[in-house]
Amino acid sequence: MKLKTIALAVSAMMASAGYAAAADCEPLNIGAAISLTGKYATNGVHTQNGYEFAIKKIDEAGGVKIGDKCYNFKITYYDDESKGDRAATLAERLINQDGMQYMLGPYSSGMTKAIAPVTEKYQIPMIEAEGASRSLFNKGYKYLFAVLSTSEQYLASAVTLMAEKAGELGKDVKDIKVAIAVENDPFSLDIRAGVLEDAERAGMQVVIDEKLPRDLSDMSAILTKVKLVKPDLLIVSGHSKGAATAVRQIGEQQIDTPMIALTHCEAADVVGNFGAAANGILCSTQWAETLSYEDPLFGTAANWEQEFKETYPEYKDKTVPYQSAQASAAVYVFKDAFERAGTLDKEKVREAIAQTDMKTFYGDIRFSEAGNNIAKPMVLRQIQDGKYNVVAPSEFASHKVDFPRRLPTN
Amino acid sequence: MDQIASNIGLLIDFPIVNAAIIIEGLMIGALFALAAYGLALVWGVMNVKNLAQGDFVIGGGYVAWYLNKSFGLHPLLGVVVAFIVMWGIGWVAYKLVISRVIERDLFTSLLATFGLAIMMAQIMNLLFGSDTQSLELDVSFLGLPNTFSFAGGIINLPAAKIIGVLMAAGLATAVILFMKNSRMGQAIRATAQDARAARVLGIDTEKVYSFTFSLNAAICGAAGAIIVMVWVIQPFYGITYSVRAFVIVTAAGLGNLPGVIAAGLGIGAAEQYGAHIFGIQYQQGIAVILLLLVLLYRLLQQRRKRQVLQ
Repeated sequence: MKLKTIALAVSAMMASAGYAAAADCEPLNIGAAISLTGKYATNGVHTQNGYEFAIKKIDEAGGVKIGDKCYNFKITYYDDESKGDRAATLAERLINQDGMQYMLGPYSSGMTKAIAPVTEKYQIPMIEAEGASRSLFNKGYKYLFAVLSTSEQYLASAVTLMAEKAGELGKDVKDIKVAIAVENDPFSLDIRAGVLEDAERAGMQVVIDEKLPRDLSDMSAILTKVKLVKPDLLIVSGHSKGAATAVRQIGEQQIDTPMIALTHCEAADVVGNFGAAANGILCSTQWAETLSYEDPLFGTAANWEQEFKETYPEYKDKTVPYQSAQASAAVYVFKDAFERAGTLDKEKVREAIAQTDMKTFYGDIRFSEAGNNIAKPMVLRQIQDGKYNVVAPSEFASHKVDFPRRLPTN
Repeated sequence: MDQIASNIGLLIDFPIVNAAIIIEGLMIGALFALAAYGLALVWGVMNVKNLAQGDFVIGGGYVAWYLNKSFGLHPLLGVVVAFIVMWGIGWVAYKLVISRVIERDLFTSLLATFGLAIMMAQIMNLLFGSDTQSLELDVSFLGLPNTFSFAGGIINLPAAKIIGVLMAAGLATAVILFMKNSRMGQAIRATAQDARAARVLGIDTEKVYSFTFSLNAAICGAAGAIIVMVWVIQPFYGITYSVRAFVIVTAAGLGNLPGVIAAGLGIGAAEQYGAHIFGIQYQQGIAVILLLLVLLYRLLQQRRKRQVLQ
């Protein structure tokens, strides 16, 4: 008797948590080729965790309701080994052999670029969260959607901020000198294009414009030049390696440029690795847990982060990377689109995705004709006393920017 | 073109920059020379062209990094430990792979070491993940600044790079003395000259080979432990060091240890100059063009010699 009551109590508890309802739901298959080994493995796993966390939350909230039936997302993963050709082959396999009708994106622009032609060919809707290169969105793809901001926006906000602050240096915007050093790969070159475009529009002068070689982690030659020509804004982008190299050598060479903006600070853990040398540096990010976005499924951005950490204790002592947040957002868009479409017909679902207009913990999501998200701005955070504080755009900023950057004392 | 002209202009307007570039280049060159050092040995003694050279470097970097992050070992001690650990790994690699291909043709040993390189990179990727890693050297406990600045901050000497130069010099001297004076060093030189004759004279060439290869891995390991303090490492960055090591050894000539150091320093300085004038994207191109020039020069030199012989 006693056992039975316990069993009843347990099932009642599960029902209240929403498990029971979701357990009756049918699986809804989605395919994903993702980098679980190879050079993108770390971020591949961040992405996978983001997907899985969203699926868990959706299950707990009663699954995806399509018409009067309910479904649970089930993702079939393949490991693309961080290789483009492998990713394309696996996408074919997911679609042809495993019969996937929907896809979630892989990690990185390169892998997305490899898969997109395949999903396009078979007219499979793919929502991706990790491919930001703008070259993905000028090919006329109809089945590709991205929840994140595209790469040319990454550091353009630093140019805007510099223009606002030019007066504080006693300079006209036209006299502002910009130095750019980006890695020689498609993604970083997009970032450079965005910065160049905005700097030109503002009338700033670009005094250094160099491309860092892919496989050498040394930029002392550029920094020596920076010392001589004294730009007001220094832009560096080159994945984790670029960020780590820049912060270390900017510290070593005591570069005193008033504004320095980078990408990938979090991935390179520049605060943990270089401490005070990282102070005052601006870092662009897709998303930060301190932003004031929220939605009914995940709650606020901070809430998403907290629950994510509870689910994946390995993130306990660090900031959850935005790669995981945007992966969750991609799954959320799928849920929303399926429910609005009210059918499993993939053309109708594609239509529904294209018409997405939602507010999420990750930011607003609305797709352009080309499939990129045009509703969410890039965020700039400044490292202040070892903490990442949002300083731009000003309407979401929690802190004031330290400008001009003070040279950290050695 | 304008960019190049203005870059050259900077060199003339600020002569001190020339000094900064040369010093920076020499410091970088010393690290590359260190990675090339063992390659010259292995190539000269065993006639094995080790394509896994760079992966031994990265391996050493990970040893120092791991011990620092997990056990708080000081990065400077990490250099010593990396030397020892990589010695062991080099010995295992020799017994498992190299000893089986040493008598075979060039192609087999290239394939085997290439396979070794891929294996090592993937194993490091599985063990340590694909993030880039680095260590900060803090020498303030010695009462020294972490960066020495001169000439109004134009010339900066980070402590890690100075240590790199000192260790490169120290290791080079030690190896040269060892080769000259010790019993093993003599055996190594004898084997390099003629392995068969050395065997006839009672030298255990098998032991010489395993020693040479382990020593190579150990030197690479020490270089890696310094590189992790100066730049960043990642499981797949080995190839950079392999390529440079090959360029340096080819330029210096086989078995020419002092030549390796000179070539390493020269390439470092030339690269920095090239990067300053033409833009940093051509930095590696400069190294390869230099190699081409050296090879061309060698070819002409040899042709002249042959003519004399006729």
